[in-house]
Amino acid sequence: MKLKAHVTGALLGAILSTTAFHGAFAADDTIKVGILHSLSGTMAISETTLKDAMLMLIEEQNKKGGILGKKLEPVVVDPASDWPLFAEKARELIEKDKVAAVFGCWTSSSRKSVLPVFEELNSILFYPVQYEGEESSRNIFYTGAAPNQQAIPAVDYLMNTEGVERWVLAGTDYVYPQTTNKILQAYLESKGVAKEDIMINYTPFGHSDWQTIVSDIKKFGSAGKKTAVVSTINGDANVPFYKELGNQGIKAEDIPVVAFSVGEEELAGLDTAPLVGHLAAWNYFQSVDAPVNAEFIKTWHAFTKNDKRVTNDPMEAAYIGFSAWVKAVEAAGTTDTDAVLDTIIGVSVPNLSGGTSTVMPNHHITKPVLIGEIQADGQFEIVQQTPAVVGDEWSDFLPDSKDLISDWRKPMSCGNFNVANGKCGGKGS
Amino acid sequence: MLIRFISLFFLIIFAVAPSMAQEDARALFDALGKANFKQAEELVGKIASTGDPKVVPALEAFADGNLYARKSDGAVFIGTAAGANLALTDPMSGEKAGEEAKGALTKVKVNNGLRRAIRSALGGLTLLSPDKAIRMEAAQSILKSPSADSLELVETALSNETDMAVKAALEEARAASLLISDRPIEEKKAAVATIKAIGGQASLSLLSTALNSADEMLKPDIEAAIKSIQDTQSLWAMAQNIWYGLSLGSVLLLAAIGLAITFGVMGIINMAHGEMVMLGAYTTFVVQEIIRNSAPGLFDWSLAIALPVAFLVTGAVGLVIERGVIRFLYGRPLETLLATWGISLILQQAVRSIFGANNREVGNPSWMSGAFELGGLTITWNRLWIVLFAMVVFAFLLFLLKKTPMGLRMRAVTQNRRMASSMGIRTPWVDAMTFALGSGIAGIAGVALSQIDNVSPNLGQGYIIDSFMVVVFGGVGNLWGTLVGALSLGILNKFLEPSVGAVLGKILVLVLIILFIQKRPRGLFALKGRAVEA
Repeated sequence: MKLKAHVTGALLGAILSTTAFHGAFAADDTIKVGILHSLSGTMAISETTLKDAMLMLIEEQNKKGGILGKKLEPVVVDPASDWPLFAEKARELIEKDKVAAVFGCWTSSSRKSVLPVFEELNSILFYPVQYEGEESSRNIFYTGAAPNQQAIPAVDYLMNTEGVERWVLAGTDYVYPQTTNKILQAYLESKGVAKEDIMINYTPFGHSDWQTIVSDIKKFGSAGKKTAVVSTINGDANVPFYKELGNQGIKAEDIPVVAFSVGEEELAGLDTAPLVGHLAAWNYFQSVDAPVNAEFIKTWHAFTKNDKRVTNDPMEAAYIGFSAWVKAVEAAGTTDTDAVLDTIIGVSVPNLSGGTSTVMPNHHITKPVLIGEIQADGQFEIVQQTPAVVGDEWSDFLPDSKDLISDWRKPMSCGNFNVANGKCGGKGS
Repeated sequence: MLIRFISLFFLIIFAVAPSMAQEDARALFDALGKANFKQAEELVGKIASTGDPKVVPALEAFADGNLYARKSDGAVFIGTAAGANLALTDPMSGEKAGEEAKGALTKVKVNNGLRRAIRSALGGLTLLSPDKAIRMEAAQSILKSPSADSLELVETALSNETDMAVKAALEEARAASLLISDRPIEEKKAAVATIKAIGGQASLSLLSTALNSADEMLKPDIEAAIKSIQDTQSLWAMAQNIWYGLSLGSVLLLAAIGLAITFGVMGIINMAHGEMVMLGAYTTFVVQEIIRNSAPGLFDWSLAIALPVAFLVTGAVGLVIERGVIRFLYGRPLETLLATWGISLILQQAVRSIFGANNREVGNPSWMSGAFELGGLTITWNRLWIVLFAMVVFAFLLFLLKKTPMGLRMRAVTQNRRMASSMGIRTPWVDAMTFALGSGIAGIAGVALSQIDNVSPNLGQGYIIDSFMVVVFGGVGNLWGTLVGALSLGILNKFLEPSVGAVLGKILVLVLIILFIQKRPRGLFALKGRAVEA
């Protein structure tokens, strides 16, 4: 979901990745799994963790004997934060390495770049990051949160618990924040929030001078109504944003900020003492009190040989996606794409917050929404947990998509069925 | 009849409540362990209504998230870290109550709403504290979150108060509470005047809140007060914009000033400049890590220690780059551009491999945290120090170039290499030193930027374009040009931002610079003389 203008990482990454990771000799008694995450360039900051998590999950599965009596073999490639390169690498994984499924991508741009490749070559991609929705592909499973699994419950929480009446929607200027803010604005207006009580602000990538905007927020918040900031600010720009908030003395008790892209990983680069009480909405926090999570964290620390490494929400999404795929392959008795696509719908696997997640016919999953407050130790205190929510691919709050649904079960097999005119093929792919 | 019974019943309850509360404070704390947020908020109110100052430390611990319930019996204690265990303290008596493993305790959760409730409860409880500073704090916290309930408390405190400063703060707190109480309108009018006199954003917020529920008679008064505060605010907004501009400008100056040497003076298109800034920031991180682990007392000095270290580290890296790569490429700008770009990628990936791809935490020393008010301006300490620091670095560099033998040689070599060489100056050596100086300056800029930005391998990329923009705009080869260029770009940016937004503002600035360069290709301060033809 993040996207960043960058040219630099691409070149070096391209050189690195073509030489690396091709040592693995294709043996018939293994099932190959592709891992498509940037290990260099601007997105490496987020994506390397997911690569490690996938390697860990595959290792754990192999310890249990693999799948269908075969060991899993990871094939790691580095698309170097370069969107077109994602498509090339995906093609390489599917055609040359003959992987059974691919786990990867972070930004929406990279997902959009590989989508036609997966559809053309009929392979499967598991996408583990929260995104803006408005998409449903036969070959992609979206295990991260759709806007209704993150943004809307967060706004509900602030409205009901904190009594917020005035909203600042602050985001980085690209597709994820814009779509999310559009949905949120429509949602807030449907809840009776007046137009002048919503302030929308966009900033460029890597924005580091937040003085004006923070003081604007302060001004906006002094109109006598409880105010909150809903932040879709991209990971990198968050540190200076939160530093400025702290320095200008905006406390969470006065104007809380709820963020959708700030997790344990992002807070690791930050002194969180002045930020205590600011919120984040995810489907998982490392602080979740569940035996399955404790076990996961233990394995993660052992695998990375570092007991300070944090876990985060996209890791959980990768975990759910991987478990669901394993279960579907076992049920189908083969890794053949069409067979797996049939069996995976309806598969339920445990998630890390102590419940189960089910793969729905729209290729999204069910999971609970957790609201957490930042603590001084960089972890989150969970202040609310909803029951499991079904990911809504086509938002009900946007006029373009409110009539669309997606159902990949036969006989409908359609990613954009229009319930108003009963035809498959509305907007989007 | 029934009604009478019920009211009698409540009367009894209320009459008994205060005396019961004393004994029950402990029970109330224990109840927190099982309460949800709403119930906990009520419990905090009840605890506060005991009026017992002994509950203050426990409430403070609660706000900080240090209250724990023992799983075995549900008793609630204040917990402080003691190795792997937590040392327990009784919330009422303050006596030690042994240690417990973390697993045997559950944290009593606290959220924003609760913290707010605790803060206002504490405000009421500490109003009569013997300590002047605590009373001041209590008055200020009531001013921030006034309630009609605390009005009487404030008035009692006011009649006992002897200190002038605290008295003034209490007057303000009283006015704020009075506005939302049901006192007669004359008193309220006086309160509006008091708040109007305080001015500032906080008062604006108080008045706007009051306006929503105000009596028709009072509304004109409040509206006039709001208007008058807003007028003053908009005057100050101008000054605030200039300050923000200066502060942004000084960040640009810091980022660009090293480039003003390597690109401006030497003419090397140095794409690895941003990575020198990044290395400086990482040096700060390493220095802070060492200090954290070996001498935590020195933490406030960490930046001062990091400055020379960063200068030496990045200077040395610059020296190696110049001797190893750039010196073979003088006079071939395109190849220099590609080579330095390659170096920048190598440095980025090297840092990524050594420190990991994640952001590293560089702490702010205490003297760089927070803000202070200057009239209607909010000035954050870190920005103020960075502005001052940028000026000092600029002055240092100017002195070095204009007043020292080394600076003289540098200028001589850039202005006319062959003549300088025939005068006996070792031009290769001067080149190397100049490049090292530029890199070193970029490194100390990195120390400053680590205070306001991410310390990640991508840090440099964010500044490289801006740096080139400043140097080209200001005039290549002229330090004063860089100064004026950076500050004017900063201020221009900050004046555009409020009206057109940050994204469009940035684009507009870029367009203006392009137009300006069309008109004056050599920037604000063009160099005259032989160098121009070179």
